[in-house]
Amino acid sequence: MSRRKAKRPAGPVVTVAVLRLYIADSAPNSALAIANLAAICKEHFGDKFELEIIDVLEDPQRALADGIIVTPSLTKVSPSPLTRIVGNLSDTKSVLHALGIA
Amino acid sequence: MRATKPPARPTPAKMATGILGFDELSNGGLKSNRTTLLMGGPGSGKTVFSLQTLVNAARERNEPGIFVAFEETASQILADGAGFDWGLPALAKSKLFFLEAHLSPEVVQSGEFDLRGMLAMLKAKKEEIGARWIVFDGIDVLLTLLQNPIAEMQEIYRIRDWLANNAMNAIVTAKIEGEMSPAVNYGFMQFMMDCVIRLGRRLDHGVSLHRLQITKYRGSDFVAGEHPVSFGPLGMEIGAPEPPEIKHTASTERISAGFERLDRMLGGGLFRGSSTLITGVPGTSKTTLAGKFAEAACLRGERTLFVSFDEGADPITRNLSSVGIDLKPHLKSGLLRMYSGRTESIGAEDHLVKLKSLLREHRPRCMVIDPLSALAKAGGLSTARAVANRLIYIMKDEGVTVLMTAISEGDDPQTEATELQISTLADTWIHLSYVVRSGERNRALTIIKSRGTWHSNQVRELILSKAGPMLADVYTAGGEVLMGTLRWEKEEEDKAKTMQRRLDFDNKRSALELAEADTHARVTSLQLSLERQRAELARYSKDNDARITSSSEREQELGRIRNADPTGRASTPSRGKRNGSNGSNKGRAAGQRNAR
Repeated sequence: MSRRKAKRPAGPVVTVAVLRLYIADSAPNSALAIANLAAICKEHFGDKFELEIIDVLEDPQRALADGIIVTPSLTKVSPSPLTRIVGNLSDTKSVLHALGIA
Repeated sequence: MRATKPPARPTPAKMATGILGFDELSNGGLKSNRTTLLMGGPGSGKTVFSLQTLVNAARERNEPGIFVAFEETASQILADGAGFDWGLPALAKSKLFFLEAHLSPEVVQSGEFDLRGMLAMLKAKKEEIGARWIVFDGIDVLLTLLQNPIAEMQEIYRIRDWLANNAMNAIVTAKIEGEMSPAVNYGFMQFMMDCVIRLGRRLDHGVSLHRLQITKYRGSDFVAGEHPVSFGPLGMEIGAPEPPEIKHTASTERISAGFERLDRMLGGGLFRGSSTLITGVPGTSKTTLAGKFAEAACLRGERTLFVSFDEGADPITRNLSSVGIDLKPHLKSGLLRMYSGRTESIGAEDHLVKLKSLLREHRPRCMVIDPLSALAKAGGLSTARAVANRLIYIMKDEGVTVLMTAISEGDDPQTEATELQISTLADTWIHLSYVVRSGERNRALTIIKSRGTWHSNQVRELILSKAGPMLADVYTAGGEVLMGTLRWEKEEEDKAKTMQRRLDFDNKRSALELAEADTHARVTSLQLSLERQRAELARYSKDNDARITSSSEREQELGRIRNADPTGRASTPSRGKRNGSNGSNKGRAAGQRNAR
């Protein structure tokens, strides 16, 4: 308790979105998802986000461990709550809603 | 492709599913490295079929498998599967992998997706555990999410290609709404798959009946038609039809139907492996006769199965012990197995499956089903009839001697025939009825038929006592059967008559004996007088001779004294004889004869 309290006044709270995008190599939906996500991030997060792109074809064990079902899949790890979005992210409105932006 | 395959270990053409009945229907199971589509309504057993196949492959042949769950969560499936005797929790740790492919409602969908990533994960898992089997359970859920018929088809083709490249035995399940509606959506899927199985469930008279049908099996024989499905502790079981050819062997060995008098009525007992039907209205001692049959079998040392419906084994043994039938020691020794089923809870097909598994477990030589007519309560009558027929055939195949009872609605045995129609199949048909007369209700036993053997045509009275059931002769008087007290009276009357006849006879004999003795006595006395008379006659003749002799001697003496010339002496005796009637010398002659 005391540690957290001590941390807060140290500086202004900077919300950094931590995102993970699971793709399947250069499959059309995966490529589309990368492009769509890049556009959304650029517009709404500026530089305040971290994105990790995981190619399930290269690291299937990681995807299994993370509970991924289909590709492409986007997971917002932070800020909590953890959110999952599946699809090529072409429906921007639902993506923004899921990420808690709009 | 061919080069990458290991040349050794040729894969068998078909892989057994281990589901009882299905491997017979499909002529060996599912084709190796091919995909089977399993379609059916909710709760028709798709998940059980596929999971059971995986479990059996893992347990029997040590083949690991992957289960991809689209519809339910993996934990739900594991919990449901734990209800069967599969040892699923242990298998899930080592041989089976469950992929949670259920998209929770919290997952947001934005645009299209595909299965490339999932298949990559599955390939990794397959290589990790060496899986030979894979199940995609509830693919319809996934396809619905795709929201696009073209995408649906694309993903199905993707799965098919993936399966072809990965050489796995695969089962894909899909839900269809309503058993009868053609699965239009999956038309292309059915076309693609090598084997298509439909599972259905419908209600028949308030009992849920499960069905399985193989609608397509590329390059393989299969038994067409709908087959009953039931669920037991080992999972699903398919009621495969009995072979069309009847190959029962007819035994000439006779075994006791329960007690000696009944055996005599049956011409020496029941044939081994035959089926006997006992019909009668409630309370006519059908169960007692069945119990006696079971006891006799146990006393011969034969394994026996006693199946009762809607009455517990405990009350039955108690009730039977009151009429001198003691089944408890046989239950204790394990020779006798009793099973009590509740008819309404499950369909007739399920009862059949249960009985089949009991037959397998207990391997009885004799069996009782009491009452078989209860099957008619479990679902529709047509099903019950089919089940009863199949049951009889199965037991014939196994050579089990079976005694079944059936409740008939009336005292007329023909009413039974309209119910399950088993009477035509049974080899021996015994009917029990009540005969009510003079304020008494008595039980009558008739043998309506007994194939291949002489049997009594007469009605007998069935009497229950502490010593067990017994049969008594009945009397027919004026065209009516006499039983109970009337029979007793008639018996007493007959006894008295017999006694009287014996007495009469004795009297007559005595009289005749006396008459005979009398006659004999008279004959003796007459004989005596005859002899006396003969003797008298003889004596008289001798006197005469003596008299003649002495007179001729005296004549000669006289002649000698008087010096008479010798005259013809030969004529003298005849002259003398002629004078023999003169009795003056009789006494002297007798005296001479006596002196000699």
